[in-house]
Amino acid sequence: MTEASWTDAAREHETEFGDYVELLKPRVMRLVIFTALVGLFAAPVATHPVIGFASILCIAVGAGASGALNMWWDRDIDAVMSRTVSRPIPSGRVSPGEALAIGLVLAVFSVVMLGLFANPVAAGLLAFTIFFYAVVYSMWLKRATPQNIVIGGAAGAFPPMIGWAVATGSVSIESVLMFALIFIWTPPHFWALALFRNDDYSRANVPMLPVVAGTRSTRNHILVYTLLLAPIAIAPAFTSIGGSVYLVGSVVLNAIFCFGAWKIWCRTDDVAAGDRFQVEKRFFGFSILYLFLHFVLILVEAGLRVVGFAPVSLPVLM
Amino acid sequence: MRPDSHEIFGRRKSRNVGLGLVLGAFVLIVFAVTVVKLTQGVSMEGFDHQTRNSLLPAEEE
Repeated sequence: MTEASWTDAAREHETEFGDYVELLKPRVMRLVIFTALVGLFAAPVATHPVIGFASILCIAVGAGASGALNMWWDRDIDAVMSRTVSRPIPSGRVSPGEALAIGLVLAVFSVVMLGLFANPVAAGLLAFTIFFYAVVYSMWLKRATPQNIVIGGAAGAFPPMIGWAVATGSVSIESVLMFALIFIWTPPHFWALALFRNDDYSRANVPMLPVVAGTRSTRNHILVYTLLLAPIAIAPAFTSIGGSVYLVGSVVLNAIFCFGAWKIWCRTDDVAAGDRFQVEKRFFGFSILYLFLHFVLILVEAGLRVVGFAPVSLPVLM
Repeated sequence: MRPDSHEIFGRRKSRNVGLGLVLGAFVLIVFAVTVVKLTQGVSMEGFDHQTRNSLLPAEEE
């Protein structure tokens, strides 16, 4: 083999460092880091900044590992969906074997290091999260049931609970409510996306709700889940992590979110196609802001407690 | 064209530098956490096939 033919043959498979980073789903990782940080800061026990930083890093790497395992398992359907076709494996930048090896090594590594840096409860929760996302959601549910998102949403809901466990070494009502907030938020968020990305999921044979049950049923589901979400999202106001600022903010956000879900429920497919799914896209965009602002409010309440300022004190019912 | 100026070497270099930085950061984090844990007085001893008084449960007087 001449040098020229060797380099030409190798060019196809020579992976850059950035390709490995992309394998860890950095955008998902950002949300994981943020919610885990909020869980850590909202906890009543102070954590040394170095331990906190190292622990958040472990949680982020664990989330990245499950992302790599998900990309390894879903490489066949990623190749036929326009949203995922440019991912590292379908685009040929990373081989499936490499993705599997990176996913497994980082998964074990992040759990062991979190156990050493923080405590066994946090490490156990991280291990369960990785297992849940890579095995329960990706391998068992995603291609088998239209309820994939409902149950699979748990994987994305664990980070604030892990952050809380890093600080306290336990699970409590506050961390369960933060978990429930993301858990119940996930279905309407993804179903809104699925309404205007229906073709993608149909092509890949992923049984998303609009593909299996139709868009009318999906619109009903979005409304019901959004109404269910409201009391769960407002409930933390009456725990030790909440307060009047959280209550006011959450009520406003939930009113806007419920109004958006109601507007989606009122529409038919013809109307939605007529304005290119404007309402659905706006609802999807707002859902990201909705979740982000809820965690910002928890952070604000934690900050107010540190400085000892409480505009109106609410009863702690839970 | 120099034999080492091919695009492939640039990609390989980015991978090696990236991995080197990750490993360096990992060493620093383990060192920093160790210092913090020792400063906080956390027991770093584990079972090492020998009986040691410091690992025995405290007796109530």
